[in-house]
Amino acid sequence: MSNLLEVHEVCKNFGDFRALNKVSISVPQGSIFGLLGPNGAGKTTLIRVINQITMPDSGTVHLDGASLKPEHIKDIGYLPEERGLYKTMKVGEQALYLAQLKGLNKAEAKKRLNYWFERLEIGDWWNKKIQELSKGMAQKIQFVVTVLHRPKLLIFDEPFSGFDPINANLIKDEILRLREDGATVIFSTHRMESVEELCDDIALIHKSNKILDGRLIDVKRQYKISTYEVGIRTHNKALLEQELSNKFEVSVANFKTLEDELKLNIKLAETDKPNDLLNYLTSQGEVSHFVELIPSVNDIFIQTVKNN
Amino acid sequence: MNHLSLIIKREYLTKVKNKSFIVMTILSPIIMIALAAVVAYLSQLNNEKVRTINIFDESGVVRDIFKSTDKTTYNVLKGMSLEEAKVLSKESGSYGLLYIDKFTDVKEASNHIKFYSKESASLSLISDFENKLNKKLTNLELQNNGVDIDKIKESKISVNIAQESFEGEKTSKIDSIIKLVFGLASGYLLFMFIIIYGNMIMRSVIEEKTSRIIEVIISSVKPVQLMLGKIIGTSLAGITQFIIWMVFGGLLMTIVSLVLGVNMLEVQTPQQEIVEMASQGADFKFYFESFKMSMENMPLMNLIIAFILFFIGGYLLYSSLYAAIGAAVDNETDTQQFLLPIIVPLILAVYIGIFTVIEDPHGTVSTVFSFIPLTSPVVMLMRIPFGVPLWQQLVSLLLLISTFIGTVWFAAKIYRVGILMYGKKPSYKEIIKWIKY
Repeated sequence: MSNLLEVHEVCKNFGDFRALNKVSISVPQGSIFGLLGPNGAGKTTLIRVINQITMPDSGTVHLDGASLKPEHIKDIGYLPEERGLYKTMKVGEQALYLAQLKGLNKAEAKKRLNYWFERLEIGDWWNKKIQELSKGMAQKIQFVVTVLHRPKLLIFDEPFSGFDPINANLIKDEILRLREDGATVIFSTHRMESVEELCDDIALIHKSNKILDGRLIDVKRQYKISTYEVGIRTHNKALLEQELSNKFEVSVANFKTLEDELKLNIKLAETDKPNDLLNYLTSQGEVSHFVELIPSVNDIFIQTVKNN
Repeated sequence: MNHLSLIIKREYLTKVKNKSFIVMTILSPIIMIALAAVVAYLSQLNNEKVRTINIFDESGVVRDIFKSTDKTTYNVLKGMSLEEAKVLSKESGSYGLLYIDKFTDVKEASNHIKFYSKESASLSLISDFENKLNKKLTNLELQNNGVDIDKIKESKISVNIAQESFEGEKTSKIDSIIKLVFGLASGYLLFMFIIIYGNMIMRSVIEEKTSRIIEVIISSVKPVQLMLGKIIGTSLAGITQFIIWMVFGGLLMTIVSLVLGVNMLEVQTPQQEIVEMASQGADFKFYFESFKMSMENMPLMNLIIAFILFFIGGYLLYSSLYAAIGAAVDNETDTQQFLLPIIVPLILAVYIGIFTVIEDPHGTVSTVFSFIPLTSPVVMLMRIPFGVPLWQQLVSLLLLISTFIGTVWFAAKIYRVGILMYGKKPSYKEIIKWIKY
């Protein structure tokens, strides 16, 4: 699979402050790429470099194999975190204006806008002013404006903020559908559950450096903790716990069960096989619960940031 | 369509369609004309009131010089004491009482003349009396010394000095005044234009920041394009407003003059006084001819071309500074500290224009300031009607344009960084730092 976007060793300084330090990322064609990092890590600067709002001091950015140039503006759709619309301008006029700035001609922009407005059931807003709309409504317009020119690369910075759960879902489905249609998405958010749900690839930026990247599944494997959450019914809980502690690294687990079971997290050594553990457990009592603990993006985020 | 023209179009249309802009465009001339009409009407009303003034002349030599007009009626009092005359004047409600006591020596007459009134009398009335009395008493004294008054009148000669430059260009006093009016008007127009529409540009930049649309826009266009588009679009809206003001105001003025029968132009303005003063002693034909001559003399083509160039240059220079300020701050209240350094040279230019150009249009002060880019548009515009050598105009224009390019570069730097900065009020130091980004 080829990469749509290649950022290679990009540096950016603001005075004495280094906002990006040799950051490289590769965004595969057709993927949803999660750009993560704590506040002030440099995510927005990186996104601005990709959007040619800020010029990098060194390093290169390639889009679709070509070095980034002004014509690429029409290939990128950007929904910034700090976003808004002209408050006193009418919805339709404004959307047309922004679409034309992205290089669409007026007739085509109008056609596509009608399609999107119908699709999101907001057709009757055309002649309303932005200040008459609620925040969520304005966000919908903003979303439409971002995707209207059918860019190859979509960059969403906190796309779900300001939406109620129903609309957030609607937007999520639209993002997935755009990906189906061939768009590549960069997705920057602090909501880890949506990263978990949507992203194929992630990169983690911390203090101006990229400290982690790769396919989400690979990253998770890398952070595998070989720990199993176990529930077992037995007559002598204390004895079994003692025996298990002798063989493995054991801690108390916390999950809901129907009966009064022994609940433990058991970490296997590298040589141990999960089946051996299961076999042993079944010989000791009735196993009601046996789950491998997979690190969540949240855990990985916190752990990586803390270790750096 | 390219980006710049799109931005200009949007800026222009939003400005022009804005409700307060429409209201201001229509209301301003109405208010101005209404104000002028009221002032004209009131001053006419004031003039129309007939004043009665009592003259009590015990010397008997000056009473015949006071002849009643439509505005003033003179009553000559006789056969009573001064006290009676005062009481009578007070009770009859007349404006005042001019009392001339008996005197023997005309030279001492001044000590024998008094004016009594309820409130202190109007300055023009007193000086009118003084003029009349001076004339009459001087004549009297001349006669007493055996001088023939008629001979003096016959010998009176009035001189109007014809002025001509070494190159043979004819000028006159009227000429200078017309030039002055032209110069002041164009300089002042530029000043007003910069203040009004520079602020408008600044506000529209701030609006883009507060509505947070800026990042959406500059992911599509270059900040410089956005800035230039804003400046040009707003200026076009400004020119539209100015033209409407002129046409609408002129129309309104004609209508109001016709309906109310008030001649707005009769409202005394300082300029008119200067014109009148200059034309004193000259008859109408002379006045008209010198006016015609000075219009012909005026470097009209030069004036128009220079006006356009300096106006555009000066306006763009200042408006790019306004745009930069708008980009540097978050809200209008923070703009004060940055506005001062650009308002000061502007006001300085107008004062230098008014005070030194009138005195000596080609003196050192006005010449120097007509080269300094921040003051040159205003000062040069005021100087040009008096004939400025072409090389000076060109050098000044060149300086102005190069400074303008420098300012746009500088403003664009601030703009590029500033529009993405939220939440803090920058200091000058910080802004200097931005330029290096």
